[in-house]
Amino acid sequence: MAIVLPMTSTAFRHRLRIFGLVAFCLACGPVVAADLVVSAAASLTDGFRAVGVAYEKTRPGTHVVFNFAASDVLLRQVEQGAPVDVFASADEAAMDKAVVGKVVDASTRRDFASNALVLIVPMGTGQAITAPTDLATPAVKRVAYGDPASVPVGRYTKAALEAAKLWGVVSAKGVLAQNVRQSLDYVARGEVDAGFVFATDAVVAKGRVRVVATVPTPVPVRYPIASVAGSKQADEARAFRDFVLSAEGQGILARYGFGAP
Amino acid sequence: MDGLWIPLALSLKVAAWATAIDVVLGVAVAWGLSRWRSSARELVDSILTLPLVLPPTVLGYYLLVLFGRRGVLGEWLDRIGIQLVFTWQGAVIASALVAFPLVQKAARTAFEAVDPQMESAARVLGLREMAVFFRVSLPLASRGIVAGALLAFARAMGEFGATLMIAGNLPGRTQTLSVAIYAAVQAGDDAGAGVMVAVTSVTCVAALLLAGWLAPKHAPRASA
Repeated sequence: MAIVLPMTSTAFRHRLRIFGLVAFCLACGPVVAADLVVSAAASLTDGFRAVGVAYEKTRPGTHVVFNFAASDVLLRQVEQGAPVDVFASADEAAMDKAVVGKVVDASTRRDFASNALVLIVPMGTGQAITAPTDLATPAVKRVAYGDPASVPVGRYTKAALEAAKLWGVVSAKGVLAQNVRQSLDYVARGEVDAGFVFATDAVVAKGRVRVVATVPTPVPVRYPIASVAGSKQADEARAFRDFVLSAEGQGILARYGFGAP
Repeated sequence: MDGLWIPLALSLKVAAWATAIDVVLGVAVAWGLSRWRSSARELVDSILTLPLVLPPTVLGYYLLVLFGRRGVLGEWLDRIGIQLVFTWQGAVIASALVAFPLVQKAARTAFEAVDPQMESAARVLGLREMAVFFRVSLPLASRGIVAGALLAFARAMGEFGATLMIAGNLPGRTQTLSVAIYAAVQAGDDAGAGVMVAVTSVTCVAALLLAGWLAPKHAPRASA
């Protein structure tokens, strides 16, 4: 019969100390020299990641950290003092709010890209939807779009549908998404009958969604970028912005489907 | 204040249904577990407690995979016309799932505290098993069960992660108070968010106080 000796209290305390030391070492991450924090609209996820990689090659020693979410959400974080250096939004309205709230340096504001609003449906859907007007039919039960209160793509959608006198009927079937990528996900999973996203987002889920129409918007879809006021890396922030506006940066964004500003 | 009453009514409806489902299921399961003599009993109990420790978003994801239109069960349900994603019924399922362990654990403790001699006496006096349960065991365990139900109600009122994943954010249909608060904060409506937070807090604190007042302070000891 095996006799199991209980761990002595000294042995336990010894192990606890080792564990504590290891945990402490793991908790202290590597010390990074210069982290540039960029808060950008969700639709810029893939494009900006590629821009970041190229930018880091031109400035060895710099590390770009991205924070992607709906533009208004990012703005709220900056307003509350989040340590962000660059802010890029998917519409002028969010940047205007930033300027009014004095959270960005207005002199650094530039438009750097344009996009298009598209209507998408799940791949393999049985429904015949070819234009926004088809969304009014009773067969269409759910339409996904960003929450107009906090997501730029939702604002563009609402403006476009109001211009086409469809907002009332479509909003009654609305499924509000927290950002454009969630709207895309709802359509890709087939949980909704149709959704509104940017042309660049539809490409990301190519095999799972189908673009049926490009939706004209009263206000052109334009993306502005600016340095955050009070950033400790104003020069680096400006350098990043200049890189985005440069031929190389614009070329990268064009590969992801963005248009010229 | 329109933006407050609809989410509040929805939250109360969802929480009430979820609690009702949990009480029925929780009491049944707890009764079964308390009377089941098997070495697998604690393992089953641990598995049933998982919704309490798993992150709500993980639970929501499992629900989505299971009940989504192209999901394992969802595809089949869709064919018979039942949709759970983006409906208040889906919100009920999410809330019922996360709150279930609260009722089950409280009920099991309550049943195990019931003096078996009372049940034996009832059997000796001629009551059938079902009657023993409904007329002796259940009434004796009721305080603990009700306390568990109140905890479950408070938990269901505040449920957010799993609800958002499976029921989404549809104002008037699935935008419960927690989801409305989240949306209001994202939109910068701090005043609206503040009012809704206050209402939710008061409701949950009231439920907790009631649960604490009802739950027996000392578990009645079963005689040897």
